[in-house]
Order: sequence, then C-alpha cells, then structure tokens
Amino acid sequence: MGAMFTTIPWASALILLPLAGGMICFLWPRMVNALGLITVFATALSVIGLGWQIINDGVYHHPIGGWGAPLGIDLYADGLSLLMLSMTALVGICISIYSTAYFKREHTTRFWPLWLFLLGALNALFLSADIFNVYVTFELMGLAAVALVALAGGRDALGGAMRYLLAALLGSLAYLLGVALLYHGFGTVDIALLSQRVEPSPVLWATLGLMSAGLLLKTALFPLHFWLPPAHASAPAPVSALLSALVVKASFYILLRLWLEIFEPVVDDKSVASLLGLLGAAAVIWGSVQALRQTRLKLLIAYSTVAQIGYLFLAFPLAAAAGVTAWSAAVYLAVSHALAKAAMFLAAGNLIHFGGHDRIADLDRVVQRLPLTAGAFALAGVSIMGLPPSGGFIGKWLMLEAALTQERWDLVAVMILGGLLAGAYIFKVLGYAFTQADITHESKTVPASMEWAALLLAMGAILLGFLAVPVLSLVGIGDPFGVSEVRP
Amino acid sequence: MNWDAWLPLLVILSSLLPGLIIFALAEERVRLRTVLNLSGALIKLALVGWMLWGVYNGNHYETRLALLPNLDLVLRAGPLSLFFVTLSAVLWMVTTVYAIGYLEGSPHRSRFFGFFSLCVTTTVGVALAGNLITFLLFYELLTLATYPLLVHRGTEAARRAGRTYLAYTIFGGALLLLGTAWLYSITGTLEFAPQGGFLNGIGKEHHPALIIIFILLIAGFGVKAALVPLHGWLPKAMVAPAPVSALLHAVAVVKAGAFGIVRVVYDVFGVEFAADLGVTGPLAWLAAFTIIYGSLRALFQDDLKRRLAFSTVSQVSYITLGVAIAGPIATIGGVVHLVHQGLMKITLFFCAGNLAETLGIHKISEMNGVGRRMPWTMAAFTIGAFGMIGAPPIAGFITKWYLGLGALEVGQDWVIFVLAGSSLLNAAYFLPILHRAWFQEPPDAWPEEHNFGRKETAWALLLPPVLTAILALAVGLLVTLPFSPLEWAKLIAAREFYQP
Repeated sequence: MGAMFTTIPWASALILLPLAGGMICFLWPRMVNALGLITVFATALSVIGLGWQIINDGVYHHPIGGWGAPLGIDLYADGLSLLMLSMTALVGICISIYSTAYFKREHTTRFWPLWLFLLGALNALFLSADIFNVYVTFELMGLAAVALVALAGGRDALGGAMRYLLAALLGSLAYLLGVALLYHGFGTVDIALLSQRVEPSPVLWATLGLMSAGLLLKTALFPLHFWLPPAHASAPAPVSALLSALVVKASFYILLRLWLEIFEPVVDDKSVASLLGLLGAAAVIWGSVQALRQTRLKLLIAYSTVAQIGYLFLAFPLAAAAGVTAWSAAVYLAVSHALAKAAMFLAAGNLIHFGGHDRIADLDRVVQRLPLTAGAFALAGVSIMGLPPSGGFIGKWLMLEAALTQERWDLVAVMILGGLLAGAYIFKVLGYAFTQADITHESKTVPASMEWAALLLAMGAILLGFLAVPVLSLVGIGDPFGVSEVRP
Repeated sequence: MNWDAWLPLLVILSSLLPGLIIFALAEERVRLRTVLNLSGALIKLALVGWMLWGVYNGNHYETRLALLPNLDLVLRAGPLSLFFVTLSAVLWMVTTVYAIGYLEGSPHRSRFFGFFSLCVTTTVGVALAGNLITFLLFYELLTLATYPLLVHRGTEAARRAGRTYLAYTIFGGALLLLGTAWLYSITGTLEFAPQGGFLNGIGKEHHPALIIIFILLIAGFGVKAALVPLHGWLPKAMVAPAPVSALLHAVAVVKAGAFGIVRVVYDVFGVEFAADLGVTGPLAWLAAFTIIYGSLRALFQDDLKRRLAFSTVSQVSYITLGVAIAGPIATIGGVVHLVHQGLMKITLFFCAGNLAETLGIHKISEMNGVGRRMPWTMAAFTIGAFGMIGAPPIAGFITKWYLGLGALEVGQDWVIFVLAGSSLLNAAYFLPILHRAWFQEPPDAWPEEHNFGRKETAWALLLPPVLTAILALAVGLLVTLPFSPLEWAKLIAAREFYQP
C-alpha cells in the first residue's frame, strides 16, 4: 500500500487533474457543481499524496518525460512548495463548497472552468523548477483571474477587471524580459542551474530590476497596489477570496524563490533588501490607514490585504542576520493571511447576500442574525490583527523576534502600529455588528454551507496558532531558506 | 497515564467546553444551558480543590505543549496561580447563579453565557500561565472574550464603552507584546521563575533595556489593573449588565492586570533585582497616587456603579502597592487583597444590580430608606462597604494591616499616610450611602419597582451577594485557619517569593 502510494506521480496529477476537470466542465455544464467539487477534492488528495512522498523521501524532483533540465520540464517540490500547495488545496476546498451555493446556475458554468484552470496554474507554479514555466503559469493564472473578476458583470467589475488585466500583463511582460535576459546571460532557465551560474554583472542587475518590478506589481506591493482594491472589491465574493488569499501569494512565492536561489547570494548590496523592506513598511501603514477610512466592507478587506502583503516584505531586510526566523515569519504570515482573508471575504459575501449591501455603518444586528458569519469575521480578524492564538500571531512574533535581535526599531514600530490599526479597522466592523438599530431591509437567508465555509477557514487561521512547530519543521524539508548553506 | 500533567488543561476545558456548547444552543433551552453552566462550574471547583490539596502537600501540576520552536505553552499550578484560580472558580459559580437570575427573560442569553464561560476560561488561563507568552496569549483572549459582554445590550452608550475599552486594552496589549518579545530577544526564555525571577544573570549592559521593558510590561498590565492614567475605560464600562461588572471588577479583567503586575515583579524580574534597577519605588508611588486619586474621584459620583468603579480603581492598586513596597509582609497584604477585594467588590456590584433590577435605583440620591425595602441586600452592601473602609474584622482590614506593617518593616513610613488617607476617603464615600439607606425616610414610590411577592427580590439575585458578604466576613474572622486566604498568601510568600 505504502509503496503504491509513493509511486503514483502525485505532482503531475496536481497540475493535470484541475486542467482536465476544467475542460470536462465545458462538456457537461449540467453537472458542473459536482464535477468541480470532485476535481477539487481529488486535487487535495493529490497534495496529501505528494506530502506523503516528500515526508518519506525528501525533496521531490521529477523530469517530465525523462528529459530533464535544461531541455525538458522539471517539477520540483520541497517543504515550502508543499506548504503552498496545502494552503491552496485547503482554501480551494472551502471556497469551492461556498461557490456551489453562492453562484446562480448560469454563473456556475463559467465559474468552475475558470477556477479549475486557476487552480491548475497555481499548482503548476508552486511546482515549477524553471523560470520560463513560471511565466507560462503566470499567464494562465492571470487570464483566469481576470475573467473571474469580470464574472460579476456591471461597470465596477469590468473596470476593476480591466485595470487588473493591464497590471497582470505588464507584470508578466517585465518578468518575461527578465527571463530572456537571464537565459541570454547564463544559458539556462532552470532555477537550480542558474543559482550555480549567476555572478554579479550588469545583466543580473537589470534582471533583478525587471523581475522584481514585475513581481511586485503582481503582488500589489505599495505603491504598485493601485489595481488591487478595485479588482478584489468588485469581484464576486469567492473570487475576491481566491485572489486575496492565493493569487497574490503566488507571485510573492516566486519572488521569494528567485531571491533566495539567484539574487541574494550574489547581490552584496543591502540597498535592494532595504528598499523592499521600506516599501513593505509603507504598505503596512498606508494599507491599514486606507482600510480604516473605507465605508464599504469589501474595500476595507481589500486594503487590509495591501497592508498584510507589506508584512511579508519586512522579511527581506531582516533576513541578512536572522534568515530562518524572518523567512519563516513571512511564510507563516502568508499562509495565515490566506486562510483569514479568504474567511473574511466569504463572510463579507454572506453579509452582502443577506442584506444586499456592504455598507459598514448599516450592518445592523449581524451578530444576532448571522452569528456564524460574525464569528468567522471575528476569528479571522484575530489572526489579521496578530493577536494570539492564531497563525497571524505566530508570524508576527517570529518577525518581531527577527527585528528585535537586530535592533531594527523602525520595523518593530511599524509592526506594532500595523497591529493597532488592524485592531481599529476590524473592530470598526464588529462594533457595528452589535447595534440595536431597527432592521432596515428585507433579508435573504444564507445557506448553511456558505456560513460554515467561512467559519472553517477562520478556524483554520486560529488553529495555525498551535501548529507552528510541525508546520515549520515541514517547511524545513529541502532547506528552502538556505540554512546550511555557507554564505560569503 | 499521568493525570497530573493534564489537570491544569482540564481546569481550562471545564469552562471552555460548556461555553462552546452553549453558543450552539437555541435561546429557549434554558434548563440545558443552566445545567451546563453549573456543572462546568462545579467540575472546575472540584478540580481546583483537588489541586489545592495536592499543592499544599508539595505536588506539581504542569501541562506543557509546544507553541513555537523553543517556546512552550505552559500551564502550571503553583501556590500563587491556584490562589487566583480558586478566586475565579468560586466567584464564577456565584456570578453564574446571579447572571441566570439577572438575565431571566432577556434576549441573547446563549451568546451571553457563551462569552461568560470564555471569559472565565481565559482568566483561569491567565492564572495558570507558566511563562510570559502563555500569559500574553490568555490576557489578549480575555480582552476579546470580554468585549461582547460589555456591549451586550447594544445601546449607543454600551458601544461607546466597548470602543473605549478596546482602545485601551488593545494598546496595552501591543505594549505587552513588544515588552515580551524584547525580553525574549535578550534572555531567550520567558519561563516564570519563583524565588527571584529569571533575569538574575543578565549583564549590566542590558539594564537600561530592562528598565524600559519593565515599564512596557507594567503599562500593558496597568491598563487592565486601571493604574492611573490608564484607568479611563473602567468607569465607562459600568454601562454593562451587573454580572459583567462583577466579572470585570472582581473576577477577571482588573484582577488579571493586577496579577500580571505580581508576576512581572516577582517571577520575571524578581523583587530584589527590580529594586536594584530602581523601578519598584516609582511603581509604589504610582500605586499610592492611584489609591488616593480613585478615592477622590469616587467621592463626587452620584451614579452608584460609577462610584463603585472609581472605588475599584483605588482598591486594586493596594495589590500593586503591596507588591511594589518589596517586603515580605507587605507582599502578603497585596497578594491577599486579590481575594479580599474580589469578595467585597463583587458583593457591592451584586447589590447595585439588585437595586437597579428590583427598584430601578441607579443613583445614590435615590437610595433614601432603601434598607427598609431590601434589608438583606443592604446588609450585604454594608458588610462590603465596611470591608472596603477597612473596619475589623472584615477582609479589608487584614489587607490594610499587613500593608501597613510591611511598609514599616522596610522603612517606607509614608505608606501609612496613604493607607490612613484612603481609609478616610473610603469612609467619606461609603458612609453617606449607608446613612441614606438605613436612616432616611423612603420615598413614596421607587423609580421602577418590580414585585417579587413576599421576598425583597428573586432568590437568584439575593443569595449571591449574601453569600459573598458572608465570605468577606469569614475570611476576616477565620484568618488563622489553614486554608484561609491569608494563610495561603503566607504560603505563597514563603514558597515562591522569599527564601525562608
């Protein structure tokens, strides 16, 4: 049994299953909900299979068709990839369950194929071993995501989708130029080979600039976040959740990989890392202040994403002296944010479904009327604020630890201030939930599966607060942060 | 299987699980909810009793779970933690009975009792925390669990009070997080260490940082302990229902803050090291100032619960004062006040709740002759008030006696004046109430009277204050019995704070 389990090519299944599922959805539009759910669950099962392989045999490396680098397509998965794949699977399941109840019939036939393509692209991205494949997955991901945003129809959604499309294309283009330069300069697109071959040169600097700019645009780091709030706020709730939870994390993941494998070892200058940290700090403050100023719930949540992405970039300047702690913090924050933010957007979707609007000031008596949704929002909020016990707290604690050991008081202050501002905007919403206001609108009942999907995700974010030790030891498989590597 | 390692966790679960089930209960399942509440409280009491006996005989109970690499979630039952656990377990039981009576027929009771249980769960977690990060975890959870209780009524005033509470406590929590993380980056451990704290071997170059950390931690705890100038939320929070006020002032929130200060001074820094750093002196002055300031403000309040709230500001700082004087006897006085203040103040708040629920009385100026209408309630109130003033043989007297003796022992004579002044002020704001209640003519009609037949009010409302008043009297009268709070405080001082 065990042997059979380990010989199945789970990694290939992770990519092929959702792509095939997406196509089949076109063929049988009547059964699209069932087909979609089956595909998502099968994909999640493959993650477990791959996890089993990695935990038993270590890092997974598979040249598709036996060609191998530098010619063929390689799949590569270490602990970090596994964590990202698990996050995608978990968030994907909850959002899929939610979507079966959320979308009207005519929308499901369009939603499912797009979401399954997006899932396939995400999985492929997390498994990619070379930078050109990453580009391909970026394009697939971007197109699927833009189409999903436009799914809601209407002016806002189309405008948001348009801006998103331009940002995504521009980002991919910059990235692709970087790929071309690297290939031209060092003769390969394989990340592992590149990390052996690169050396400081003008080509490398140009690449660093282009790729970082493209990836930062995709990750929506301040001040390149302009496209995110309209896109994430105008999309249908499950789509907002997918974008905020998973899609922005994908480009961050690639940036992290490239930085760790290719750029950090050869870039002696600290200014790039400092700049990223500075932008991250600005994002934390700016995003939080903007979130606090919003009067619409979904915009508030979207700006909160801008702020939370900022935290991830604080790891770059801190990694010089506290590498493992800082990167672990960033990864932990990314995963916790994925769960919590998906929960928040789903909760917001429930509120909109229930009351027909998302004006924060008119969320009368939500606690009484949708206690599970209010609970989901509150628990997710705990993680976003970084209060214990939650994944957000663990991430923030590790990041604080990294900053304090290097006496980076500026970053410490940013983190504390960001937490306070997050508290302010989360409780701004929850405060209105406890009113005694008159009921001003006719309400629709919210299906139980939609309430529970949000709550489960939020509970996952809380549960992460107790799983730091196993999760961090899992991430350590394959040494993605270069712990044992001797640095110059 | 070794049960000793799981007992502290079971104590936590005994209120957590009922709380979670209660959330899921429909509003009209009154009986099941009551059964869950009371059985949770009874099980907790039994477990605590078991551990008290064990610790008295020298046993250890410790639950340890990995939270982060090198940092554990530790629940440990020592003499000091059990002192606080016992207080909250007993008063939770009483307050639950009171709350069942108080909220009868009002909406959203499942939500209320759910958060009520969570609140006690987190308080017990604070008490049992064996290191600073576990303490921080439960301390922050306590903030979150209390907020829904505070805004339970959903009125504009309640929501404003809730906002103020959050603004103060989240800010305090941030200071605490910063202090804790900073401390960890210097020491690499956060484990509470009896007999002198865990900072003993720290090099001189870290002393300036440690002073700032001390200030951060005390400020973080001072918010909940209502140290001036961080007390602003407490008087506003009196809009909450009476059982919640009782919880805030006597069982959970304020006490968690004061307990945190005890932990920081004794188990983190160690009292001698803290005195060497020169931080205990200013803390004692701040506590003394808070004692006088709270009493002065209390004098001028006509709203009964507001007066009681300022009285809490003043009284809780006795604990801080006793700890900061830094001598064994004063410490006993401060620590024992954790329990004494709890018993007396909860009595007073129960009584205030009874007056409001039965007669619609909220202001002191409406209390003329109320002693004739509600003799039992006012008798309990009188015991609580005399205890606060420090009249023997009620609990408050013991506290003040030990604080005074302890201050003289270490040559801090000025404390005597603070104690005397505060007692005078206490008398000045409690005696007029008693005079009105017992010796003035009652009005023709009460503001909003409810009839309870021949009883003065419902049993569930009457029994709790009478019981806690008797307890406040008993702990003063029976100080020499082996399990009296004073004897236990002596045990704490001997085992955890000062080498014999």
